Amino acid sequence: MSRIQKHRLIATLLVFNGDVVQTRRFRPTNNVGSAFTAVDFFNTWTVDEIFVLEISKDDAHRVRFEEIVEGLSRRCFVPLTVGGKIRDLDRVRTYTRAGADKIALNTGALERPALIREIAAQFGSQCVVVSIDARRNADMPSGYEAVGDRGRVPSGRDARAWAEEVVSLGAGEILLNEIEHDGDKRGYDLDLVRLISDAVSIPVVAMGGVANWDHLVDGVRQGHAHGVAAGNIFHYTEHSTKKAKEFMAAAGLPVRGTTFYKVAMPRRPAYRPF
Amino acid sequence: MKVAIVDYGAGNIESVRNALFAAGAEPVIARDPETVLAADRLVLPGVGAAGAAAERLAVSGLRDALEDAVRRRGRPMLGICLGMELLAERLLEFGEHRGLGWLPGDVVHLRDAGVAQARVPHMGWNLVEPQGAAARFFQGPERMRTFYFCHSYTLVTPAGAAVAARATYEKPLVAAVLDGTVFATQFHPEKSQINGQNLIRAFLDWAP
Repeated sequence: MSRIQKHRLIATLLVFNGDVVQTRRFRPTNNVGSAFTAVDFFNTWTVDEIFVLEISKDDAHRVRFEEIVEGLSRRCFVPLTVGGKIRDLDRVRTYTRAGADKIALNTGALERPALIREIAAQFGSQCVVVSIDARRNADMPSGYEAVGDRGRVPSGRDARAWAEEVVSLGAGEILLNEIEHDGDKRGYDLDLVRLISDAVSIPVVAMGGVANWDHLVDGVRQGHAHGVAAGNIFHYTEHSTKKAKEFMAAAGLPVRGTTFYKVAMPRRPAYRPF
Repeated sequence: MKVAIVDYGAGNIESVRNALFAAGAEPVIARDPETVLAADRLVLPGVGAAGAAAERLAVSGLRDALEDAVRRRGRPMLGICLGMELLAERLLEFGEHRGLGWLPGDVVHLRDAGVAQARVPHMGWNLVEPQGAAARFFQGPERMRTFYFCHSYTLVTPAGAAVAARATYEKPLVAAVLDGTVFATQFHPEKSQINGQNLIRAFLDWAP
C-alpha cells in the first residue's frame, strides 16, 4: 500500500492572536514571527502541504487571520488547509475565498456533526479535513477521548468512534493530534495514530510531538499514517523540510523528491475580487 | 492575451488566480457569458461537489458560452480537477448529473473504478505518465512529473485517444486529457509548485 503513493510531509503553522507560535500541550509558548517568512521558506524547500490553524481563545483576531490566509495563499503553491473557529458555511466561504484549498474542522464538528455533511455537499469531501485532538481516557472503549475547544473541553466521544462517524458524514481526511504529545518532543502517539489509521479508509495525518526525523518515519511505519505533520521543529532549523524529506527517502519511504524552488513573486495590480 | 478563469462558484479560484499570476498571466475572473466569450484562453477550475457545479454552469449561461468559445471558436481551455470531470457526459456523484459531454464516458467514484484498497480520497503527490502529444505539457525528468491530486471521483472514458496522461493509484487512472483545444488535468497544477508552474506556462504557450 505504501508503495503506491508518496507520503506527504506537512508543515503546520499555529496562529495565536495574529502571530505564528510554538505550542506545548496546546499552550502557546513563544512567538516565531511572520507566517509569510515561514511559508516562503517551506515552499522553497518542497514541503508537500501547509496547514494553518487559528488557535486564539476567541474570535477577536479574525480579520487579521483572514489577511494572513490571503497573504499565504499568494505565496503558497502547495495545498493550503485552513482551520479555526469554523462553525458554519459562511466561514468556510471566507476561508476558501481567501485562498484555502481545504478547511479543517474541530470543535465546530463536535458541537454539530451535521456541519461536516453540509460542507462536503457544498465543497466536496476532499475539502473537509476533520482535526481530532485526542487524550488518553481509560473510560473510553478505544482508550482515547476526542477533546474540543483547543484541547480544553472533553467531548465525551470516543476518539475512534468519532473518527468513524466523521468519515460516514463525508470527511475527506483526518488530522490527528494527541494533546499530551503536542510539543513534548516524544514523537507521535503511535498507538493513537495506528488506532485511527487502521479504523478509517480516508487519509490520516499525524501531528504533535515531532522532535527528530525518525519520528516522521515512525508515524508512517508504525502509525500507518498517510501524511506526517510537524510545526515546532521546522521553525528554527535551516533547510528543515528538505532535510526531513531526504531523511524519509533514505529510510525507504516514497516521498516527493526535493527540488529547490525559489518562489517568484511577480508584481501584480492591487485587486480584490470579492 | 486575455486569460479568463471561469468562476461558477465551485471552490477555490483564488489559488488558480495566484498560480496564473506567478506564471506571468494576468487573469480575469469570468462570471458571465460575455467575459468568457471575450477571452483568448480559458481556465475551468473546480473543486467541490459535481451536482452543484454542473447545475450552476447550466443556469448561469456559462455552459453555453464555453461551448461557443471552446468548441466552436477553438479557444484553448485548461480544465482542472472537477473542471476535467465536467467534460464527461455523466457525473455519477450523489445521483446522476449531466456534464458538458465533450468527452464520452462517465465520472465514477474511485471505489467503483476498482480502487479497492487504497485510501479515498486520492490525496497527495503522484507520478504522472504522459502519452503522445501531451508530452509538451510535461517537460523534464521524472521528478518534475509529480503533481498534487485531491479527488474521490475519476473519469472513465472509452476515448483512449483523448487520454493524455495516466497516474497509478492502485489502478491506472486518467490524469489528463487532451482533445482539440481542451487540455485538462485531474491533478492540481496550481498546487504543484514548480512542476505545476511549468505546466501552466506550457498551457499559456500552447497554440493548438
